[in-house]
Amino acid sequence: MASVLEIADLHKSFGGIAAVNGVSFTVEEGEIVGIIGPNGSGKSTLFNCVLGQLQPTSGEVRIDGRVTTGMRPCDLNALGVSRTFQLLQVFPELTVRDNLIAAGQEHCGTMFSRLFGPRDAGLGPVADRMIEFFRLSHVAGERAGRLSYGQQKLLDAAMAFMGGPRLVLLDEPAGGVNLTMLGDLRERLRAINRERRSTFVVIEHNMDFVMSLCTRVLVLAEGRIIAQGSPDAVRNDPKVIEAYLGP
Amino acid sequence: MSAFIQLVVSGLATGAIYALVAVGFALLWQTSQTINFAQGEFVMVPAFFVLVAIKYWGFGYWPAIAVGFAISALLLGAAFKGLVVEPMLRHGVLPLVISTVALAILMKEAVKDFYSSQAQQFPAIVEGTDLDFLGAVVSTQSIAVIVVAIGAVALLNWFLSSTLTGRAMQATAQNRNVARILGIDVERMILYTFLINGLLTALASFLISPIYLAKFTNGETLGLAAFVAAIVGGFNQVRGAVLGGLILGILDNLAAAYVSAQYRAAVPLVVLVAVILWRPQGILGRVEERSV
Amino acid sequence: MASAGLVRGTLAAVTVVVLAAGPEFLRPSQLYLVSLWAVTAIAAMGLNLTLGYAGQISMAQGAFVGIGAYTVALLMQAGLGFFPAFLAAGVLCFAVGWLLGYPALRVQHHYLAFVTLAFTTLVYLLLRNEQWLTNGVYGISGIQRPTALGFAFGTAARFYYFCLGIMALFLGAMWWMIRSPWGRAFMVLRENPVRALSLGVDTRRYTLLAFAIGSAVGGFAGGLFAPLVQFLEPNSFSLGYSLSLLLMVIVGGAGYLFGPLVGAAVAILLPDFLRFTEGYYLLLYAAAVMVLMAFCPQGLIGLSERWQANRRARLAAGGER
Repeated sequence: MASVLEIADLHKSFGGIAAVNGVSFTVEEGEIVGIIGPNGSGKSTLFNCVLGQLQPTSGEVRIDGRVTTGMRPCDLNALGVSRTFQLLQVFPELTVRDNLIAAGQEHCGTMFSRLFGPRDAGLGPVADRMIEFFRLSHVAGERAGRLSYGQQKLLDAAMAFMGGPRLVLLDEPAGGVNLTMLGDLRERLRAINRERRSTFVVIEHNMDFVMSLCTRVLVLAEGRIIAQGSPDAVRNDPKVIEAYLGP
Repeated sequence: MSAFIQLVVSGLATGAIYALVAVGFALLWQTSQTINFAQGEFVMVPAFFVLVAIKYWGFGYWPAIAVGFAISALLLGAAFKGLVVEPMLRHGVLPLVISTVALAILMKEAVKDFYSSQAQQFPAIVEGTDLDFLGAVVSTQSIAVIVVAIGAVALLNWFLSSTLTGRAMQATAQNRNVARILGIDVERMILYTFLINGLLTALASFLISPIYLAKFTNGETLGLAAFVAAIVGGFNQVRGAVLGGLILGILDNLAAAYVSAQYRAAVPLVVLVAVILWRPQGILGRVEERSV
Repeated sequence: MASAGLVRGTLAAVTVVVLAAGPEFLRPSQLYLVSLWAVTAIAAMGLNLTLGYAGQISMAQGAFVGIGAYTVALLMQAGLGFFPAFLAAGVLCFAVGWLLGYPALRVQHHYLAFVTLAFTTLVYLLLRNEQWLTNGVYGISGIQRPTALGFAFGTAARFYYFCLGIMALFLGAMWWMIRSPWGRAFMVLRENPVRALSLGVDTRRYTLLAFAIGSAVGGFAGGLFAPLVQFLEPNSFSLGYSLSLLLMVIVGGAGYLFGPLVGAAVAILLPDFLRFTEGYYLLLYAAAVMVLMAFCPQGLIGLSERWQANRRARLAAGGER
């Protein structure tokens, strides 16, 4: 059985400067892998290469054993790969419910049924369950742009789960979220991971969040993986401390 | 051969004027993401400032030209920035595009209603005598236009690359936030860009109006030429816009002579589509890689 | 909420009644004007889909109206009935729109504006110069008005109803599409294309669809324009016409179902009421558009919504006191 995500010797450079410099790792089904590293260590570039937003300079990405390097984000999404963004990315003029339906509608039916079929593409009940699950019921009919930052962050995460993805890449899900909501978010992510066997890769600066959520942690510095292992092992690795604090 | 040289020289003259307009267009785009759909009208109108100064205020040629430059800098530079672009920027690109489209109509209608709907004679800088150049007949007017326009672009280039203010303007165009951190008065630099655009279009106006006469509809073709030149040469480069303008001017003249007078206007458009298909960043442009 | 709905319902009902009774009190020239409004509103509806819902700036809507109008005129001259010709106009414009969208989408999206600008000028040159086909600047005259099921729409009053009926049909179809998942896909395209792509929305396909459908609707409007004016000439479809359609959509309110109807009314019907402005109408219109853009880029419908929201807020504040 192939791993959910395999990355082999991935490189990405911008005008001669290597942002990702030979990264290889695999993620097995049901894992929650954290990626940490100082600013500019290539975490977001790595995500964008895996997700088709950027073309890697060289190297290979496989999803469930299938080579996906160079595929468009929408085709990757159809394979069950979903993501959230570092900065908020919701559709501000649409209601919360419509945001969620939009996030899932391309996964059900055909182009024909999407024009002539039901207005909610049959996703109404799924969206309502997701709204309840992320505790957004009281704002379900509001336009997303009017929600608080933390609520938008929850919506952002909820949208990534609408298509029933196998693999979700979360780019700083905890950034700017207050403590209460942080606990909420962690608990929700864990529940989805448990119930659906969804696999997560999480970029995060909030160490407590990463250490308490993830089963395995990778440390990126200057475009390379310098350490990996269980949260505790990584926390005490001198190379990691050096990467963060400088030599 | 002599006919060919003749066409190329007069093409260079038109092209040099296109280049002036395209450079202004590209500068506005770089510093404030303004796509000015009234750029053609910005070239059409200054000629009428001069005509008003001559006809109603009794000014001579040079004082009238000076007045033309001053009014252009004021209205097409400062007022355009303050009254049209600035209130619109917070709404995004589309409202500004629409507003400049409306401004183009406003300027056209104003000239038609308050001056004249007829084409007007406009005085040239030099007497139009014909010179012999490698067996081809070349008018002094074409030469004068080329010299003045190229001189203006060279001066601008020198200003942008060698003076402190010019370099501050370039820094502002490349990254406004970094420029601000470096202590550059970003607002002032943006204003300078608008003033320069006003002066460039005014110069283009004074050079082209003696050749094609001053008429309220002139802006339509000129504006299109400026877009095409800027895109063909490379939107994010001053020298790209210059190259685009020159190519376009020559092509325009050659097409009229060798392809078909009826489809003359189509040639730049076909070039435009070809460039967008094969080299969307323009001939000299840089690729702007997009990250998320 | 209820009062706003009531106001809107009453307004719609009054409009329908007035339009239905039109031939009773309107002069023939005014009947023609209202028919022209209906046709123009259809063209603007198509552009509203492309621009207002999907967020793509097209400066070619007038060219598509032209292609549609000439298609119907030429096919009817060749002996085809109105309805097959009308259908052909829409299908042709859909295909041309799809092909035109391709090069534009290879690069950033403001290039669609430039490509469509160039396209409009090219279409105008073709209409003017290809005399063997379009009769050039002399134009095509004597276009017949349609007959349906043995009923001729020849008179001004009958054709007036025909135009309004077709407009209502398109309005209904547009309403359906906007409410469907397609409409939602178009809107997320406008709101945040990068995020939409990551959620599996094939942005390229939906952008092309929005542009091609918008163009097809323009073609249909042209197909109706030909028998209305009964005389076609290239000048009607120059760049200025495309730009004026663009202004109509924005002035009415881009992204609102009824925006194009309002915008077309301002551009087509209002000048008839404002005869006293004489030659200055266009000047005033342009100035008004600029002011509107500065204060309310959502257009007139957006303006009325904002006004209603303010009034509600004031009423609510008054109630609390």
